[in-house]
Amino acid sequence: MTALALKMRRGWRPGSVPLLVGGILTALLIAIALTSLVWTPADPTRMRILQKLKGPLVSGLLGTDQLGRDVASMLMRGAFNSLTTAFAAVAVGAVLGTLAGVAAAANHKLDAVLMRICDALFALPPILSAIMLGALLGPGALTAIVAIGFFMIPVFARVTRGAAMQVWAREYIMAARMAGKGTARITLEHVLPNISAQVIVQVTIQLAMAILTEAGLSFLGLGLPPPAPTWGRMLAESQTYLIQAPHLALAPGLAIAAAVLGLNLLGDGLAARLDPRRRQAS
Amino acid sequence: MVTRTRFSRPRRRLLAGAAAGAALAVAMLGLPGRAEAAPRTDLVVGMPVEPPGLDPTSAAPTVIGQVVWQNVFQGLTRVDRDGKVQPQLARSWTVSPDGLTYTFALQQGAKFHNGEPFTAETAKFSLDAIRAPGSVNPQKALYAVIADVKAPDPQTLVLTLSKPSGNLLFWLGLPAAVMVEPKSRETLKSNPVGTGPFRFVAWRKGDRVELARSPDYWDAARRVHLDKVTFRFIGDPQAAAAALRAGDVDAYPLLPAPELYGAFQKDKAFKAEPGLTEMKVVAGMNNAEKPFSDKRVRQALMMAVDRKLLIEGAYSGYGAPIGSHYTPNDPGYKDLTGVYPYDPAKAKALLAEAGYAKGLTFTFKSPQMAYATRTAEILQAMFSEVGVTMTIVPTEFPAKWVQEVMRDRSFDMTVIAHAEPMDIGIYANDPYYFGYKNPAFNDVVTRAAQATDEAARLKLYGEAQEILAADVPALFLFVLPKLSVWRAKLTGFWKNEPVPSNDLTEVRWTE
Repeated sequence: MTALALKMRRGWRPGSVPLLVGGILTALLIAIALTSLVWTPADPTRMRILQKLKGPLVSGLLGTDQLGRDVASMLMRGAFNSLTTAFAAVAVGAVLGTLAGVAAAANHKLDAVLMRICDALFALPPILSAIMLGALLGPGALTAIVAIGFFMIPVFARVTRGAAMQVWAREYIMAARMAGKGTARITLEHVLPNISAQVIVQVTIQLAMAILTEAGLSFLGLGLPPPAPTWGRMLAESQTYLIQAPHLALAPGLAIAAAVLGLNLLGDGLAARLDPRRRQAS
Repeated sequence: MVTRTRFSRPRRRLLAGAAAGAALAVAMLGLPGRAEAAPRTDLVVGMPVEPPGLDPTSAAPTVIGQVVWQNVFQGLTRVDRDGKVQPQLARSWTVSPDGLTYTFALQQGAKFHNGEPFTAETAKFSLDAIRAPGSVNPQKALYAVIADVKAPDPQTLVLTLSKPSGNLLFWLGLPAAVMVEPKSRETLKSNPVGTGPFRFVAWRKGDRVELARSPDYWDAARRVHLDKVTFRFIGDPQAAAAALRAGDVDAYPLLPAPELYGAFQKDKAFKAEPGLTEMKVVAGMNNAEKPFSDKRVRQALMMAVDRKLLIEGAYSGYGAPIGSHYTPNDPGYKDLTGVYPYDPAKAKALLAEAGYAKGLTFTFKSPQMAYATRTAEILQAMFSEVGVTMTIVPTEFPAKWVQEVMRDRSFDMTVIAHAEPMDIGIYANDPYYFGYKNPAFNDVVTRAAQATDEAARLKLYGEAQEILAADVPALFLFVLPKLSVWRAKLTGFWKNEPVPSNDLTEVRWTE
């Protein structure tokens, strides 16, 4: 996706279109998620069974589901549930992964060990591992966060290690060393600030992945338990109603697609703007 | 529907054959050289779940009986489509006045599919196998009253009971009590051999079981019309509906997705009349622990449930509400849904009286079946109206659920459909997952089980139902409907299901 977006962008001003579109979509997503905390058109958990399976605009903006709940309200609260799980998971992955990455870049012995661990983690398929974790911990928000976050650690470790290695090779690091600064202090004062752009870009892209994975886990019944609405479960429950009530599948499906697209575009745009290597390349 | 009417059968088969994946399936369907005018004699029945084996005497899943009972295996008696006991391999019987001796006169000339004759000796072998110490028969307890089986001559079988058992003839008509033959006994799971109208041909695991008409079937009075029967296992409801429409499957007697049923009811090419199963959906509570050890809490929660609305949400309005552990199919059924009818205000008051004025919180272990997860979500919403917070814990069925709920009894509330017919006696079992203990109830069901007089027995079962309706050891919710769909040109299927089954003896194509 990233490569494709890069190709498409060739010849345009670096990153401005994806940045704009991605930014708007993401801002909208966050705004909707936050709004759902104070206002939704209806209580997303309230069932009006006699009003079930009403089409969009017949009852509410997006109709009602198989238990008569307001789809638009569920979608809004679902955005919040999706985003919080995704943010928490990415936070876990980003913090632990960046720590591992900069540590690896600073110390050769650690590097060998940490990168082999990352290789091993990379080999585990996230969804399958999450199902296994779900069986151990029981399904729920924690399972989803741990499962998704855990498998983002190697991604962040790889990215930050590479970037940090480059920083370590710079002259100003040499100067800092001459000035008598230790490894830890150089990492804090010079390496981390200089790789922050890459981390931010990676966070954005991984958020999209996290939302997708969270939807997958919820689809399989390993996400937040009911009555909390989640996009994944909405999609799962809509399956047998595809012919009768296609809006039940379309609404969460499009929401997931828009969220993932928005975050990916934003990530690409940010990459083009912030990443010096890419800035040169384009 | 359009596809079906536009092409004649052979043409449609040709078209379907063009699709590589469907080629084999179609070849299995086809009987070459059949005149178009004569009614078809082949049938493909779709089922949502594949049985783990084909021997109903050694494993519990009801899907086993749904393939082989009455088709391959038969019993001394049989339960018919109205839930009544009919003679089968036993021609007739007499019961001694004390209800302790049953003398059966057996059919002459009945043969097993491997050529062995059915005699009193084989009947004795079958019943002894059920009662043997190491027997794994799923309904072993029902037959424990049989103290002795004698075969004085090849056509006579005498059962001696340790105490009277009013339902014995019904129990003998269930899938778990079918007649088996000693030589084939060890391999019944994969190669069932019975006395039924169809013999076993092949089982392609994950796909289908094939049966063919038994050439020397004994029962001249109930001739079968079909030559070839295929049971196909299609778990996904959407795929099942598509297979029905495409003509790959002729009948689907238990559609698991009620939301897809309405379309078949409107379609003239199909017959779709909702009937009732024996599957009682009950939300069992842990009566041994707080808060459900308090009868008032259970009664209050019962009043918090609007059964009609629940059925609408969980099963698209199909199914019948129940007020006790008994279905309208069962003899002696009493409608007790009015004992604790929906009344949230009264429910709240009763909860307050029990000391839960400020609310109540508990967990609900929900199996993953659609009816269960939907029931869980709806109950959660209905309980929240009376200030009760219920946390749903998805619990995988069967492994995890059986371990945690049935064995460890570590649960507050759960939901499951009880499939066995006439199983109200489970509330007297100790231990059982409800943890319900009521000597008065135990006494009534024991007397009911022993009563040989029909009227007296049904009166006692009526009392048993009333005790449960008042005590609410489980929330009695609804009976699952039998949402069957078959081609309009087929007749002879069961509308209701007093025994989980697909008896194809009387099924035939009308043209």
